[in-house]
Amino acid sequence: MAIQRAPLGERDELLRMSHVEKTFRGDVVALKNMNLVVNQGDFISLLGPSGCGKSTALRLIAGLMRPTSGQINWQGGQGEGDLGVVFQEPTLMPWASVKHNVWLPYRMRGKSYSSVKDEVLHALKLVGLEKFQNAYPRELSGGMKMRVSIARAMVTKPRLILMDEPFAALDEITRHKLNNDLLALRERIGCTVIFVTHSVFESVFLSDRIVVMAARPGRVIRELDVTAPYPRDEAFRTSPEYAEHARLASDALHQAIEVAA
Amino acid sequence: MTQVDTTPILDAEEEAHAKREKLIKLARWTLPSLVLFLTLASWQAYVTIAEVPHYVLPSPLLIAETLVKDWEILWPALIVTGRLTLIALILAVIGGVGLAVAFTQSKWIEMSLFPYAVVLQVTPVVAIAPLLQIYVDSAFVAALLCAWIVAFFPILSNTTIGLKSADHNLQDLFTIYGATGWQRLRYLTAPSALPFFLGGLKIAGGLALIGAVVAEFVIGRAGTGLGLASTLLEASYRFNFGRLYAALILISVMGVVVFALMSLISHLCLFRWHESALKRE
Repeated sequence: MAIQRAPLGERDELLRMSHVEKTFRGDVVALKNMNLVVNQGDFISLLGPSGCGKSTALRLIAGLMRPTSGQINWQGGQGEGDLGVVFQEPTLMPWASVKHNVWLPYRMRGKSYSSVKDEVLHALKLVGLEKFQNAYPRELSGGMKMRVSIARAMVTKPRLILMDEPFAALDEITRHKLNNDLLALRERIGCTVIFVTHSVFESVFLSDRIVVMAARPGRVIRELDVTAPYPRDEAFRTSPEYAEHARLASDALHQAIEVAA
Repeated sequence: MTQVDTTPILDAEEEAHAKREKLIKLARWTLPSLVLFLTLASWQAYVTIAEVPHYVLPSPLLIAETLVKDWEILWPALIVTGRLTLIALILAVIGGVGLAVAFTQSKWIEMSLFPYAVVLQVTPVVAIAPLLQIYVDSAFVAALLCAWIVAFFPILSNTTIGLKSADHNLQDLFTIYGATGWQRLRYLTAPSALPFFLGGLKIAGGLALIGAVVAEFVIGRAGTGLGLASTLLEASYRFNFGRLYAALILISVMGVVVFALMSLISHLCLFRWHESALKRE
């Protein structure tokens, strides 16, 4: 039951950043003139060295900060539950069970657990943790906690999921597994994702668009389309196509590091 | 040494370890009991052999006898002191938590009031108590205020820190999900503050008892009725050292009970999720 996605060039617009700038303390330019169109069904990676403003861009889209100038517009306006977020840390409430953690976005909208129990359990099932619904976070491994965090981000079926280096703290084996699972999940629910990373390989494997950013001042320097079709699996990791895209992305990243230096 | 040799050696080590664990478990109870017994025995022996008069140092047996004989005086006194301690502690929780929440909701309130909370804390309660007695009509209220002043600060200070220590990413998440101020307090900052609050509660329990004892000493039986501390004081005037020691022991026992109770509450609240309650394997 894979979701049908329009080809890259023919998707409807979801969100548009136009001339967005963010300045801190009057003179530190964290983000300079960022223009980005996010279309429905996109998996976009923001790739760049530290200080390139990729997390700032994410926080601006999340509404946690206001841009100094420029606009961020949601197609049809931003509604309740339109946004899911996954941070670098699992960011679970240690005092709440797994299912109550996933319930959180609904709870903030005043919905009782029993009224959304099916949605919560379905989200847990999608990340393979339905058996752990009554466990507490401390009983889970790092990878499992991250899965709970992902379940929480998508339980309300948001139009956009923001992920801020979610797998950076995990070991490589767990990371590959979660990369695969994330793509499988996307095939099932068809979510739109903006994914911040500083790993070339992760960005190529996951995304259909890579936005390469440079630092000082933070800005976009390249946009690359990864045209390889989904579903992508372990075989894709060793394909010539993957290597070629990785080379392009890597070149762009090096360029980003050089212009900043 | 070959691989085969190591197996029995490891087993012996495991066995020794298990034996040691068992011994430690046993010693945890037997050693303090032994110390208590030896202390009491030598105390009794000293008083008997040196013929120390009971108004200088009563023997443990005499104290035990007094405990039983004077129970009709001591038990009501215990109730009086216990009630004062408990009410003061409850009021300290209400005041401390209420003020801490007010502090974290408004920087202005914190800036205005926090210095005075500190002043109240650092001024010795023994020095304030006589003033309270003058300005507050009801001696019971004065005694209560006295115990409250001592007990509320650790709750206030711990809860304030706890309310401010919620995870920043979780704070952001609550913002993204459009949480109201009440939801943020109820589902995020209050649970984050719980372990800190309970730490403060453990300290406050002991301090409430100390405050109650000080109040009884300074303000006297007029307001509180005859509590353990006033019984102790009265017994010392009458050279009734058996009763004095009996009252002293009951105060100590009450302190231990209060502490155990607070520890139990803390354990019940935290054992499912908090690091402090986890057993390492």
